[in-house]
Amino acid sequence: MIQTPESEKEMSTSAQPSSLASVANAKSARTQPSQASGTGLEARGIHAWFGKNHVLADVNLEFAAGSVTALIGPSGCGKSTFIRTINRMHEFIPGAAMAGEVLLDGKDVYASGVDVTKIRLQIGMVFQKPNPFPSMTIGENVLSGLKLAQLKVENKDELLESCLVRAGLWNEVKDRLDAHGGSLSGGQQQRLCIARALAVSPQVLLMDEPCSALDPGSTLRIEETIRELSDTMTIVIVTHNMQQAARVSDYTAFFLSDGGPGEMIEVARTSEIFSQPKDQRTENYVTGRFG
Amino acid sequence: MTLTAIPTKPWAKSSSDRVRDLVFAILSMAITYLIVAVTPMKGKLAYAILLFFSYAAITGGYSFVTRGAPAAKDAVVKSLVAIGAVFTILPIASIIFTVLKNGLPGIHLSLFTTDMSLATPTDPIATGGLLHAITGTLTMVILALIMSVPIGILTALYLTEINGKFSGPIRFLVQAMSGVPSIVAGLFILSAVLYPITKAYSGLMGSLALTILMIPTIARTSEEVLRLIPNDLREAGTALGGTQWRTVAMIVLPAARSGLMTAVILGIARIAGETAPILLLTGGGDKVNPNAFNGPMGSLPYYIWKSFNAGSPEALTRAWAGLLVLMLLVLVLFVLARALSTRKVSK
Repeated sequence: MIQTPESEKEMSTSAQPSSLASVANAKSARTQPSQASGTGLEARGIHAWFGKNHVLADVNLEFAAGSVTALIGPSGCGKSTFIRTINRMHEFIPGAAMAGEVLLDGKDVYASGVDVTKIRLQIGMVFQKPNPFPSMTIGENVLSGLKLAQLKVENKDELLESCLVRAGLWNEVKDRLDAHGGSLSGGQQQRLCIARALAVSPQVLLMDEPCSALDPGSTLRIEETIRELSDTMTIVIVTHNMQQAARVSDYTAFFLSDGGPGEMIEVARTSEIFSQPKDQRTENYVTGRFG
Repeated sequence: MTLTAIPTKPWAKSSSDRVRDLVFAILSMAITYLIVAVTPMKGKLAYAILLFFSYAAITGGYSFVTRGAPAAKDAVVKSLVAIGAVFTILPIASIIFTVLKNGLPGIHLSLFTTDMSLATPTDPIATGGLLHAITGTLTMVILALIMSVPIGILTALYLTEINGKFSGPIRFLVQAMSGVPSIVAGLFILSAVLYPITKAYSGLMGSLALTILMIPTIARTSEEVLRLIPNDLREAGTALGGTQWRTVAMIVLPAARSGLMTAVILGIARIAGETAPILLLTGGGDKVNPNAFNGPMGSLPYYIWKSFNAGSPEALTRAWAGLLVLMLLVLVLFVLARALSTRKVSK
């Protein structure tokens, strides 16, 4: 546990909105300069539709390399839809359409001629519900991305260990890598899914409410993992838990839909969002007046 | 200090309740017997129907007196449901009993080691055997499997994974195809393949017709099984950089493995006893024929049909024994299917 005593105290007084700001401040004080490479990720003018239903309007967001950005907002405001447009998972839903550009290192992932499977290798994803592959062992699950994308790796055992170590799962599973993924607890399964996403060494990791199905202990473990990973990759995390946003993210973007399509209301450093948001609606949301 | 608690079931039937149920059952039997003896209604059917009515009337009347009209309705419907279940089991039990009774005398060891090439259906039971029929049935089933499993599973994959423009019509046609009478499949192969092309009976012709009958069963069951695979897994596969084909082959199909196995076994059970196309297409030889592509081939349904037609007491016993073997074969497959489908699937 890297958890400092201060931040644990902050969490225990979670009812006070002011503590969110101090959690975020403590986090930004801790943050080390990042070593992540690449120029990062940028979304320009993203719109999304399901059939005729316009669900997301004109979202512009920049994600600096090596930063953690939290997307917060009430349900149905298009946060998940937005991150699914980033790695092109949006297009799997029948009737889906989109507009705008997603630039990864300056190149639009939606440009014609782009190999979409390569894009998804660079932009990994962790889903809301832990979904290890049922027919594979723990070890096979971690390395499944290599097989799926038909990549060759020199030393598989080394990769397996490093991914599980980075996902914070190695000590718990190192003696039973041949067991089935389903034999793990929910939190362990989710960390297995994170290890699986790490194995293909993505630049960006998208996390769609990765802790919403987990208990507080597992949630803490995953938040630690996120902090450690942010040294080497860009992370975008959707969360309904504002405590979590304050604890793990450098930047926070607030999404809202007032009946029409979802919009991004405000983005700023996390400490600002929770202490002095510019928009009244953001303040209402983070102080718990609605949503 | 701990109190020892004794587990009880206060909602269970008490012994006086059981005695009362027994009295009602005996009473309704007595009433049935009385009515059959007094009125012109006679026969087994009259017993069955009267027993049902009298039991329903007694339990309904008792409930009405003790607890009122809603309870009486409840009691009558309860006995109706129970009788329905009994009527479903009766024919099956009766068939199994009849086949066992008539078939067991015809079962002997050489049944599984010799064929009928040197025996006629009217010879004593101990001469000749079923070997040609068993091998023939197995050969044709295996050939039909080789043809229909890939087609059936690929159809199911089209319907669930690709789900393109033609899914609707294809699903409709597959469903309609599962209602095709087997004789139609037989006549189709007869007129489309046997007469114009091969011009000779063979096991292959039989298995072609069986394939037509087997594809819809496999395709529909596989489709249902594949639909049960959570979409999360497909998304996880594609999010890891897999193409759709890699995701299906590496994740979806292995996750559905036991269900697909059930689909295949249900397909086999569907065709193992098919008779009409076999009569039209295989020629039904009496000798073990290892070559499915040339020459007539025996099979269990053909053997049963031929033996019944011969008519002598020995031939009839042979037919019943053949039936027993065929039913055991199908039974084994069904038990296997159930065992495979209920096996624990790790989540």
